[in-house]
Amino acid sequence: MAHSADTAHVTRRDFLLVASSTAAAVGGALALWPFIDQMNPAADTLALKEVEFDLAPIVAGQIVTIEWQKKPVFIRRRTPEEVASAEGAALADMKDPQADKDRVQKAEWLILVATCTHLGCIPSNLFKGEFGGWLCPCHGSHYDTSGRIRKGPAPKNLEVPPYQFLSDTKVLIGAAPKPTAPAEHG
Amino acid sequence: MAHGTYSYQPKNAFTKWLDSRLPILRLMDETMLQFPTPKNLNYWYTFGGILTFMLVLQILTGVVLAMHYVPHETMAFDSVERIMRDVNYGWLMRYLHSNGASMFFIAVYLHIFRGLYYGSYKAPREVLWLLGIVIYLLMMATGFLGYTLPWGQMSFWGATVITNFFSAIPFVGEAVTQWLWGSFAVDNSTLQRFFSLHYLLPFVIAGVVVLHIWALHVPGNNNPLGIDVKGAADTVAFHPYYTTKDLFALVVFVMVMCYFVFFNPNFLGHADNYIPANRLVTPPHIVPEWYYLPLYAVLRSVPDKLIGVLLMFGAILVWAFLPWLDRSNVRSYKFRPVSRQLFFILLIVTWILGMLGAQSVDGDFEFYFGLVLPISKLFLSQICTIYYFLHFLVITPLVSMNEKALPVPESIATAVLARNSHAPKARSAG
Repeated sequence: MAHSADTAHVTRRDFLLVASSTAAAVGGALALWPFIDQMNPAADTLALKEVEFDLAPIVAGQIVTIEWQKKPVFIRRRTPEEVASAEGAALADMKDPQADKDRVQKAEWLILVATCTHLGCIPSNLFKGEFGGWLCPCHGSHYDTSGRIRKGPAPKNLEVPPYQFLSDTKVLIGAAPKPTAPAEHG
Repeated sequence: MAHGTYSYQPKNAFTKWLDSRLPILRLMDETMLQFPTPKNLNYWYTFGGILTFMLVLQILTGVVLAMHYVPHETMAFDSVERIMRDVNYGWLMRYLHSNGASMFFIAVYLHIFRGLYYGSYKAPREVLWLLGIVIYLLMMATGFLGYTLPWGQMSFWGATVITNFFSAIPFVGEAVTQWLWGSFAVDNSTLQRFFSLHYLLPFVIAGVVVLHIWALHVPGNNNPLGIDVKGAADTVAFHPYYTTKDLFALVVFVMVMCYFVFFNPNFLGHADNYIPANRLVTPPHIVPEWYYLPLYAVLRSVPDKLIGVLLMFGAILVWAFLPWLDRSNVRSYKFRPVSRQLFFILLIVTWILGMLGAQSVDGDFEFYFGLVLPISKLFLSQICTIYYFLHFLVITPLVSMNEKALPVPESIATAVLARNSHAPKARSAG
């Protein structure tokens, strides 16, 4: 544009050029947004928010896998030994330290999103790994009986989804946990 | 190339009329027929033509498959089976397309390693080399997207693992992966967009190929001696000399492809992909297509997700710096005895990484013939990954600065004539 010698004489034309090209650039950038945002989860996908599950048939030591938001979810009825091992583990040894009591609402029931935090495989229910929890078959991450990462490439513990117990044997996954005192439901 | 003068003369009234309006015949004549090409190109130089053929074949078979394929999670798998069983010649189209992808990658790897060996990445061909890397990355993306479409177990879980690479991005990783999926996991919306992009990208590749060929035609071909063309004596016209040579190589290459297509069509695939996708069961051992295996081994060699993903992409991006990491003023490794040996070591290291990528994570390295070597896979993949990067970032600059090159021939013509005078019998009949 203008030469350094000319900068003293900024003309009306210079102003119009800068203003109109700025408006065009910002407008162009804004027009891109719908093309980007259309790829985000659509309203019907977002609507798959909650799923109710009956816990009664699950026996101690059993793990079931259910689907929530198209993701697999583990519901594990832990044995007293598994609870003890989860509660007794030293946090100092962990990559993502978190106490077991912060990961469960009732010590017996461990509810986790069943996607490995490494690259999204489902950790194996059959091969429980070195810490008695889960072993991910894809890249060898070992989780303990609280779903915490203890060995391997995964960076984080298995995620705990939001859930609330509707009764002793019914759980609603996807709903925010209820406060300890029963609140009124609108 | 500035050598040799083009002499396109429109022959009849129509071509004269057209030439003064759209000189497309002139362009074709100059770039495909008369184009002066070094006279010493060997068969490693035929893969450019083979790759062009493969791109056209993939687009043709792909367009046909898209006429019968249904990109929906409930119908994709069955529509592929319908193509295999019911659609007339559907099996041929699909096996050509799926094995064609593998053959495409075989050709591109030979093309890339040929470029490495003869120093084709060096000045003045850096832009040509960089465009080649862009094409390779686009091919990787296209191959991955296409492998998702049959919606078998490997499709689904391969898509899950690869899209989860992006979850390694700090802070926004989860938002980015959900944006890619259009859901909270790989889903129907993922399949549909992958189909759309899989159809688009080959045409983008075709566009970059035009730029790649354009960038080739400015400096002209490199050659096995790696020396510049000095005059008309060093070159021959592209047609008929190299059209014939390329065509012969293409026929041999297509024969190899036909072996896979007609006699062993699932050899390069994975049996698990004939099981419909199941989001609640991960196959015990997820393996990518063979052409990603070395990169997969690099990814798994690091016990940290973000670093693993960065190294994997870095393993390709490091090629982009090669023109400037190689300080030698001799191009061809033929005359660079140390670089030449390092090239073959790099090939072996890459091959071992490929073998590691195909094996499960734990245990000792499984060599061929059922032989298990007493070295842990993890350790070996770490050694190989470190060596791979050292080769480009440290060894290449150091060696290229200090290596004493062998004497380089004066010109292509003298080298060709000298070689023929050493072997008089071969030419005496002519």
